[in-house]
Amino acid sequence: MTVLAQQLVLGLLIGGLYGLAAAGLSLVFGVMRVLNVAHGELIMLGGYGAFWLAALFGVDPFASLALVIPGALVLGAVLYAGLFGFVVRAHEEARVKNSLLIGFGLALALHALAVRLWTADERSIPTSYSGAVLSVGNLAIPLVRLATLILALVLIGALQLLLSRWRWGKAIRATAEDWQAALLTGIDVRRAYLLAFALGTALAGAAGTLVTIAYSVSPSIGLEWTLKALIVVVLAGLGSMMGTFVGGLVLGVAEAASAATFGGPYREIIGLVIFVVVLAVRPRGLFGR
Amino acid sequence: MSPAGQERGWALAILAALGLLALLPLARPREDTLNFVFLVLLSITLAEAWNIVAGYAGQVNLGHAAFFGLGALVTRALWINGTPVLLAMAAGAAVATLFALVIGVAAFRLRGAYFAIGTLALGEILRTTVGNALPEISTLPAATIAGYRLTLRYYLALALAAVSIVAVAALATSRLGLGMRAIREDEEAAEASGVGALGLKLTALALSTALAGLAGGLFAYYHISYYPAHPFGPHWTFDALLMTFIGGVGTLQGPVLGAVLYVVLKEYLALRWVDVHLLIFGALFIGIVLLLPGGLVQAVERARGMFGGRA
Repeated sequence: MTVLAQQLVLGLLIGGLYGLAAAGLSLVFGVMRVLNVAHGELIMLGGYGAFWLAALFGVDPFASLALVIPGALVLGAVLYAGLFGFVVRAHEEARVKNSLLIGFGLALALHALAVRLWTADERSIPTSYSGAVLSVGNLAIPLVRLATLILALVLIGALQLLLSRWRWGKAIRATAEDWQAALLTGIDVRRAYLLAFALGTALAGAAGTLVTIAYSVSPSIGLEWTLKALIVVVLAGLGSMMGTFVGGLVLGVAEAASAATFGGPYREIIGLVIFVVVLAVRPRGLFGR
Repeated sequence: MSPAGQERGWALAILAALGLLALLPLARPREDTLNFVFLVLLSITLAEAWNIVAGYAGQVNLGHAAFFGLGALVTRALWINGTPVLLAMAAGAAVATLFALVIGVAAFRLRGAYFAIGTLALGEILRTTVGNALPEISTLPAATIAGYRLTLRYYLALALAAVSIVAVAALATSRLGLGMRAIREDEEAAEASGVGALGLKLTALALSTALAGLAGGLFAYYHISYYPAHPFGPHWTFDALLMTFIGGVGTLQGPVLGAVLYVVLKEYLALRWVDVHLLIFGALFIGIVLLLPGGLVQAVERARGMFGGRA
């Protein structure tokens, strides 16, 4: 019983990161109707950003968020200007295909770049507090992972606030709702796209940093994280960032439960099965109106 | 020339080129040359198969590898246990097609991006399950390795590529193909004018997955040892997708041109820049997508228009 509870707790802890990883993808998908399959690679880059800051300059990995997030924001703006900005010029049907193509190309290039820069080895960031554990009854809660969960929640809360209060946040939401109507009311839709993509990339960078702190990073984690994020997006639907966070927690717990019941290798399958079932029930996805 | 006539012309030209390749083993080439051409031929089949669903019926299927993998899995199991290879490949293709029809009914309720990610998830489910159920590497028995003849595999790949060209050419010039293209352009409008969308999409998927299953069978026949989950890997889907789009989606010749360029470029870059070839390749690919959204086929047409040529 304790073993199961322990596994569920660990599942909950990683679930927060699933939610954060999905939040960025959800924002980009919801606003631009563009499926960025390189989202996992952006997460991977964020992880290496933190790894480099720690390895080269001895920056504390949590503090490195303050540098990785702005860095990712700029990277997102550059990627939008150089690549994804061309995609949204196409009409909506063609957007998905073009974004898949550019995403695959980008994923390939970023993966190769990461292998070149950081080798194919798994990297993590050891700190003096890495092993600290909070004991609650019979449960052992790794403090670092708990901190990543809380930070994920804080970041998603901040995003929610940004989208509901900030002038441009409202513009982003309006564009997601109906870009043509947004355009007619005088919103600069292109800039809303740019901001959404930059914010999505910043979230990916933050998620990558937290993943590297709590677990590890390697150049090939991209696809896995893209899939997790996609599962959460479909599970939680678009539009509510807090919903996405909860969706991430659900996926994390479901994975832990399935690993405990059917054995470790089946951890990955449950999410995919949930995903297919949700799609079978709501074929237009959860944002079909 | 009419589009149908153009497609027939291309089909003949490609088949003639494949005919010339049939002479290659007579020249006693080095083994790596044969292996290289084998890879090109396998890629042509896989890309052309993907093109049927994406290019003609307009559905981006990211689960292509699942059918390639199923073909490989079934063929390998039957062939190693004594079934003649062609029979084993047919069985592999049948299983892949059957599976496609079963999941197709559900999957085609999904539209656009949801169809794409839904099929990607299906492929990953299969890959993970096979990886869990069959974790051991599959190696041919010593006796089979001793009698291994590459030329045989080469001719089989050649035949399969020819079959896929003939199949797509026949489809492209038929009413069936016309209906599929109507769905691609506007599904609602096609349905309204009496085109049965689901039936046609399933037909496209069945044809595509049969070819992918055969290609998987060929892979199982060709490779001496591999992990059973390997042919289920998503990169098989992505490769087919990239080749098709580089060449020109929804045309007969596009996937062929794309496959040749893709394999040649990738191998050349791998030799020339060992460390960074994938980086260059990825960047080059993005460049092609941005500059030539219709692929090589469109680029050639544009160039022709520019020089005022009529062909």
